[in-house]
Parts: sequence; C-alpha cells; structure tokens
Amino acid sequence: MSDTQSPALDQNGVIRVRRSTHSPIYTLVGASILIVLLSVAPWIVPAEFATTLMNFFILVIMATMWNLLAGYAGMVSIGQQAFVGLGAYATLYFALKGMNPFVTIPFAALACGVIAYPVTLLLFRLRGGYFSIATWVVADTAMLIIGTIAVLGGGTGRLMPGLQNLSPSETAHFSYLATWVVALVVVVGTYVLLRSRLGLVLSAIRDNEVAARSAGANVRAARRTVFILAAAGCGAAGAVLAISQPFIQPSNEFNMQWAAEMLFVSMIGGLGTIEGPIIGSIIFFVLQQTLQQEGVWYLVIFGTFAVAVALWQPRGLWGAFRDRFHSELLPVGHWVEGPKGKKRTRTGKS
Amino acid sequence: MIWLNVVIQGVLLGGFYALFACGLSLMFGVLKVINLAHGDMAVVAAYVAVFLTPHLHIPEVWSFLVVVPLFGLIGYVVQRTLIQKSIDRDPFTTLLVTFGLSVVIENILLEAYTANGQTVNIGALITKSWHPTSIIYISYVSLAVLAAAVIVLALLQLFLSYTGTGRLIRAVADDREAAQLSGANYRHIFGVAAAIAFATVALAGIAFGMMTQFAPTSGGVNLLFAFEAVVIGGIGSLWGTLVGGVALGVAQQFGAHLNPQYQVLAGNLLFLLVLAVRPQGLFGKKTALS
Repeated sequence: MSDTQSPALDQNGVIRVRRSTHSPIYTLVGASILIVLLSVAPWIVPAEFATTLMNFFILVIMATMWNLLAGYAGMVSIGQQAFVGLGAYATLYFALKGMNPFVTIPFAALACGVIAYPVTLLLFRLRGGYFSIATWVVADTAMLIIGTIAVLGGGTGRLMPGLQNLSPSETAHFSYLATWVVALVVVVGTYVLLRSRLGLVLSAIRDNEVAARSAGANVRAARRTVFILAAAGCGAAGAVLAISQPFIQPSNEFNMQWAAEMLFVSMIGGLGTIEGPIIGSIIFFVLQQTLQQEGVWYLVIFGTFAVAVALWQPRGLWGAFRDRFHSELLPVGHWVEGPKGKKRTRTGKS
Repeated sequence: MIWLNVVIQGVLLGGFYALFACGLSLMFGVLKVINLAHGDMAVVAAYVAVFLTPHLHIPEVWSFLVVVPLFGLIGYVVQRTLIQKSIDRDPFTTLLVTFGLSVVIENILLEAYTANGQTVNIGALITKSWHPTSIIYISYVSLAVLAAAVIVLALLQLFLSYTGTGRLIRAVADDREAAQLSGANYRHIFGVAAAIAFATVALAGIAFGMMTQFAPTSGGVNLLFAFEAVVIGGIGSLWGTLVGGVALGVAQQFGAHLNPQYQVLAGNLLFLLVLAVRPQGLFGKKTALS
C-alpha cells in the first residue's frame, strides 16, 4: 500500500485515491521533532512535569488499547484494569525472581496476552452489556486471586525490588524513558496494525458488522486478536505503572478508575480514530491539573462531558474536527477525490 | 449443622441479590439496556433514606414508603430523557452513557457525603434474630429482605401476566416493531419498565443500608453480584434470578466459611463456572448469547 495510488480512472484526473490529504512529509517531520523533544524531556523540564508526562503516557497506552477494543472491535470492556493489574504483578513477580524490572516489561505484556486467550473463550459467550460486566467480573476475580498470594504481598502490597540500587534521578529518568518508549511502540504499533489487513477488517466491523461478516470477514477471530493485543498493551501499561509507582497493591493496580479513565478519554477524543485517545488524554490531564485542589470534581466534570459527547457528538472531538476539515494526522483509510471542485469522501467513514 | 447454617445464610443473602437483580433483569429484558449505573442508583436511594427522609419526620425504617415511589418517578424521567436518547443512537452508547453516569454519581456522593460508611438506622431490630438451635441464627432483617424479594418477584410476575400494561411490556420486549405497529407507544412502555426497575433498586438499596454499611462506592460491587445472579439464574427469567441469587449467596457463604477472603471469589468462580458449562444459565433461553 503506497501513499498515493492511481486507479484506472485517473487518465483524465477524474478520481484519485490517496491515504493522506497532505504530504506525509509534514507528519513525518513533525513526529520526528516531537519524538526527539519527548525523549530528552526529563533532562530539560522540571521533575514534576516529567512525572505528569509519564502518567499521561500511561493513560495514552491504556486509552489507545481501549479504543482498539471498543472503537474498532465494538467490545465495551470495563474490566481492562484486570490486565493493568496482571501486568504490574507480572513485573513484580519477575523482579522478585531477580530480573531487572525494566527488562520485564515485554515479558509482562506477553504474559497478559497469554492469559487473555483463555479469558476470551469464556467472555465471548456473552455479548453487549453482559460481555461488559463479565469483563469486570474477570478483573475482580484476578484482583481477589492476586490478593491471596502471600509472596506477592497479599492484600497489603509489596515494594518492587531491583530499583533500589539506582539513584532517585536515575530511577526517574529510566522509568520516564521506559514509559515513553512503551507509549510510542503502542501508538505506532496500533497505527501499523490498523493499516494492515486486520485493520481493514476492524474498520469494516466498526462501520457495519453484518456487512463485514457477509463480505467474508472473520469477525470472531479479529475480535479475539484485538482482545489479546489490548490485554498485552494494558499489561505493558501496568508494568510501567509498577515501575513508576513501585509500591504494588491490588486495590491500586486493579483500580476501576483505570477503566473509567480509558473509557472517558477515548470517548471525548473520538472513538475509532488513533488521534482521539491522545487528544482525550491531553484534555484529561489539563483538566486534572487545573482542578487538582478540588478533590474528585475533575472526574465528575470529565464524566459529564463524556456522557454529553456520547449523546451529541458520538465521534468525539477529533471525529468532529476530521469531518469538518478533512484532515488526519495519522491516516488509516483512503480519501477518494472526485473531479475538481467535487467533495472529497473518505473510505471507512464511521 | 454448621453447614446447614452456611446454607441458610446463603439463601438469606441470595434473597437480597435477587431483589437487587430483578430491576437489572427487567431493564435488559424490555429495554435491552444494561444499566451500568444500576448499583449506584441503589446507593443513592440509601443516601436519600439516611440524609433526606428524616427531614420529613419519617423514621428511617419506613423511608422506603417515600423513596421507592420517588425513584419510580426518577426512573421514568431518566428513561424518557437520557436513556431513550442513547437507545436512539445504539446499544453501544447506552453502555457508555450509563457507565459515565455511574462514575459521576459515585464521585458526587463522595464529595457530598465523604467515603465514610453509613447505615439506615432501624433501631434495635438490627440485632434481633431467631435461634431455632444454638448454631443456626436467622436475622429478622435478612428474613424480611428475602420475603420482600419473593413478594416483589411475585407481584412483578402477576403484573406482567395479568394487567394491560404488563401485556404491553411483554409485547414490546418480544418484538418492539410489531408492538409499535399495533399501536403501542414503546417509549412510554420503556418508561414504565424503567420506573419499576428504579423502584425495585431503591428498595434493594435501602435493604442493603439496613443490613450493612454502605459507602459511595458500594454500588459497583452490588451491580456485580446482581449481574452474576442474573447470569447464573438465566438471562430473561425472573424466577431464575431468584434461584441465581440464592446459588450465588450460598457459594459466597461457603467461600466465607473457609476463609473470609474467599467470599466474593467463590461467587465469581461459580459465575465463571456457569459461563463455562452452561452459558445460558440455569433457566435461561439462549437469547443473550453471541
């Protein structure tokens, strides 16, 4: 799939099909500058801001995964904190076995993906809202089982080993970089995934499941793959969470609030777009930092905002922007351009 | 004899779960909506009973006489506005909206009434119980809640079977378009079903407040139990919900008897087991399965 394709009708310049509405060079240059800036951030910005950025990255990872589940595969999971928690505890377990906590991150993600497979065998028997609550039962069960394992600290928690021989500033820098790299891998990986064949199937499911099925898409297999990938991604988020906040406790790692945040952020930013969860996360952190002194009001405001968006602007802020300006930062569909002056339409429009 | 007591406590607890779950079951059966704020509505009802009804000079024991009709009204209004609007979009939106509501409600309660535990004050009744033998004890409150669950389910069954509105509700639940073609105003019927669901969940919330302490976040875990009761009993079966609630309650009491840590876990494992071997539940039809 090249960036500019010229189908048969092009000889008169009548119809063109393109990935992007602007030259991908701009996106590439912009992304490179951003990547360099965010990579050196902990050395130039105040430590407090770096911590906020780190939490922002963790939310971006979770929201991107949740968006893949709900925005593309139509699975509203309110139990993704199961895999955040299991990822955190997998890191703790490997670290207790003597591994370097930073090295455990991919293994924690892998472990969560492996656990997710048998979970899909059970959960995929239910649909719609029943599927949603069942994901929550799974999260609750995982938390309760972890809470009975004494070597992992039981219900009271345990400190992550293997970080104590680093100086505080080294710990801060390394955990920032780890979080940033995981976020980058997850977002870029999702982008690549959505441009692949599976991405095409997912976009088809998002737009019309029945039509996708009748066109031969294996909806169930695609859903299963997405569920496993999202579990691995949330596991990686849990692993970096465990490194950045190294006291590991079931009630924190398996907190329902993770599910609430990833859901709100994706809804407000725009479900079924890659940019949406990132934009939603930015809004969330701006709001949270502004209302820091006011207790949990930021969640009330954010939740109300999310409900309003779901009712009146279901494609979210980014979706509204995209429809208005015909522009995407990370295009995964194709633009079909008619004769000059005619309206451009986008394939795979949700 | 100890095990008999475990079973009895489980049955009593199951009555409460069934009371909690019947609104959830009704909302799903008729509106095809899973109200993820169901548990939080119950907690709101309990807070209203503790903090607002005393202003009316009604003892907290009798608060349900005011709160239950009030919640029926709220249910109708919420359905005709917020929930109907999200149903008109798609089922997906109803999940997002009700989950959003759930988080908003929890956090408003947290800001208004702190995270401290509260109880619905019923005076000396809370400690009274019946001791047929030295090991078995049956708390009057739990027995009253079980009785309330059976009465509510029986009334609901009679209402759905023998009244005009009940027939309309069943018609809309079976086939909305056909009922509409025959002249049923399905939005109004949805409102009535939501009103009943909210009224029963208010009753369940007050019962919960009488039996144990509650806090702003109690709604979630109760929704979980109610949902487990519905799935174990069989989706779409009212009496199945009672059986499911009892099965869940007994499983939890067995778990708790082994180790208090295992109470909720035992219930969850029973749920997952039912999902694995009999996903349509004990009395269910296969409609909710994919």
